[in-house]
Amino acid sequence: MLSVDIERGLGEFRLAASFEAGEGVTALFGRSGAGKTSVVNAIAGILRPDRGRITINGEILFDAARGIDVATPRRRVGYVFQEGRLFPHLNVRQNLNYAGLFSRGMPASEFDRVVELLGLRELLDRSPGNLSGGEKQRVAIGRVLLSSPRLLLLDEPLASLDAHRKSEVLQYIELIRDEVKVPIVYVSHAVEEVVRIADTVVLMSAGRVLAVGAAEDVMGRPDLRPGEGTFEGGAVIDARVVEQDMEQDLATLAFDGGTLTAASVDALIGEPVRVRIRARDVSIALDRPQRISIQNVLEGTIAQVGERPNGVVDVAIAVGGTTLRSRVTRRAARQLGLARGLSVYALVKAVSLSR
Amino acid sequence: MLAPEEQEVLWLSLRIAFWSVLVSLPFAIAVAYLLARASFPGKTLFDAAVHLPLVLPPVVVGFFLLILFGRRGPLGEILDSWFGIVLAFRWTGAALAAGIMGFPLMVRAIRLSFETIDRKLEAAASTLGAGRAGVFVTITLPLALPGIITGVLLSFARSLGEFGATITFVSNIPGETRTLPLAIYTYTQTPAGDAAALRLSAIAVLLSLAALYVSEVLVRRAARRVAGQDAFGRH
Repeated sequence: MLSVDIERGLGEFRLAASFEAGEGVTALFGRSGAGKTSVVNAIAGILRPDRGRITINGEILFDAARGIDVATPRRRVGYVFQEGRLFPHLNVRQNLNYAGLFSRGMPASEFDRVVELLGLRELLDRSPGNLSGGEKQRVAIGRVLLSSPRLLLLDEPLASLDAHRKSEVLQYIELIRDEVKVPIVYVSHAVEEVVRIADTVVLMSAGRVLAVGAAEDVMGRPDLRPGEGTFEGGAVIDARVVEQDMEQDLATLAFDGGTLTAASVDALIGEPVRVRIRARDVSIALDRPQRISIQNVLEGTIAQVGERPNGVVDVAIAVGGTTLRSRVTRRAARQLGLARGLSVYALVKAVSLSR
Repeated sequence: MLAPEEQEVLWLSLRIAFWSVLVSLPFAIAVAYLLARASFPGKTLFDAAVHLPLVLPPVVVGFFLLILFGRRGPLGEILDSWFGIVLAFRWTGAALAAGIMGFPLMVRAIRLSFETIDRKLEAAASTLGAGRAGVFVTITLPLALPGIITGVLLSFARSLGEFGATITFVSNIPGETRTLPLAIYTYTQTPAGDAAALRLSAIAVLLSLAALYVSEVLVRRAARRVAGQDAFGRH
């Protein structure tokens, strides 16, 4: 369990962050400049807060009031940097074994396990300069895993990769999350990554924490949109693959409230997936529409109607135990007489799969 | 091909240059690191003092050395009575003079190397458990290797050519302090010494060329390693 409660004034920019991160992946989410990297730097001991406290499993890493500031090498916090930061004068094997020089290494069996897990066997004798971006990040992750960390910090580990490499490395990170029982703090400004990987989301903006909570809740809150330029309001739904139609390239996903049809996913039947439906991709009808191209028509009840600026209205629709979000114009809301408790049909134009 | 006393000159020169470089290297690394990384009051003055031998007339440096390290000099007396080390008019003194004259060159090259190192790599090393000394030995020093090689060879070449400070401090004693340049000078002052002077000059040219060549090869190899590429240059 990681507990952070820190403040730091950096000229005009003031950082004040307070949150706790338990098992699984905690995403620090927000646009660049929100102070996410400052927070992880403080956790790693690279940046010194002015006030506050940082603890891991009750052990104090930093406490301004008591004058405690554990040195970076003794914090046992694994840090995967945006650019990998492999040591250029050492080959992959030596990079992986680096922590071993300082009695932070792992036994040989652990080395083999990490090498297998991340598929590094073929790379061991290569030099970092000859690796692709994705390979570099995999080595960087392996190097950190082999330093016996109590906590992993991943600072935008996909930022410098192209789309294809992104999803490849992300798969490895998911593997780590499931195989290695170490809490992970994942910094990102990309909604897709956060939705796909995070259990808990800490939403940051301008050096402050706007919200902390389960990924489904935080990522689904449309009211958080104004603070976040990159944040696309919508609903995040945990679903399960029930059918894969290879012929038509379609997958059927079951969730608490019904089923969804989506472009076929790279997942087995029965596997859990996370789906994101943006508010602007959901339309509302009062009757079940006939002869319509939209495949996903879900019956539900309006749970809430929220006025927003610029003539739009955010509508929360309860579909079974799930809440969908829809964004319609105020005029449309008036014409249909949208109000709490009304039975409606949600027409979902696009379902984007987070995995 | 070479007369016995000419061979003696050659070996003496190489020995003096070798020891001057070996002894000054750790100090040069320390000073270069300090200048590249630390900030302290009087840093500019310290920097200037380190570079002084580069701009002072070598004779002046030799004269200061004579005053300080002569038998009656404040430092010379301490070295003699405590450690039994005598520098004045000995080959060890010639090595000291050569080392001091080459010191700024060595410091400059190493300092430049330290300054170009990506300090983020050092931060990464510390998150993996390396303390300050560990980071220095495993990251900083290996990455500065091209500069260290350059510095060593520059100061080695400078040592071989040292004249003014040497002759002032330790004189021109055959077999003890008569290095290559001093011997060449002596032969030019001797009737019928031209042939010997020419032979030694040719050797000086060869040595300098060899030093430059070796440094070029080593630096290129080290630079490739530091850039993280295999010896084959695969990419």
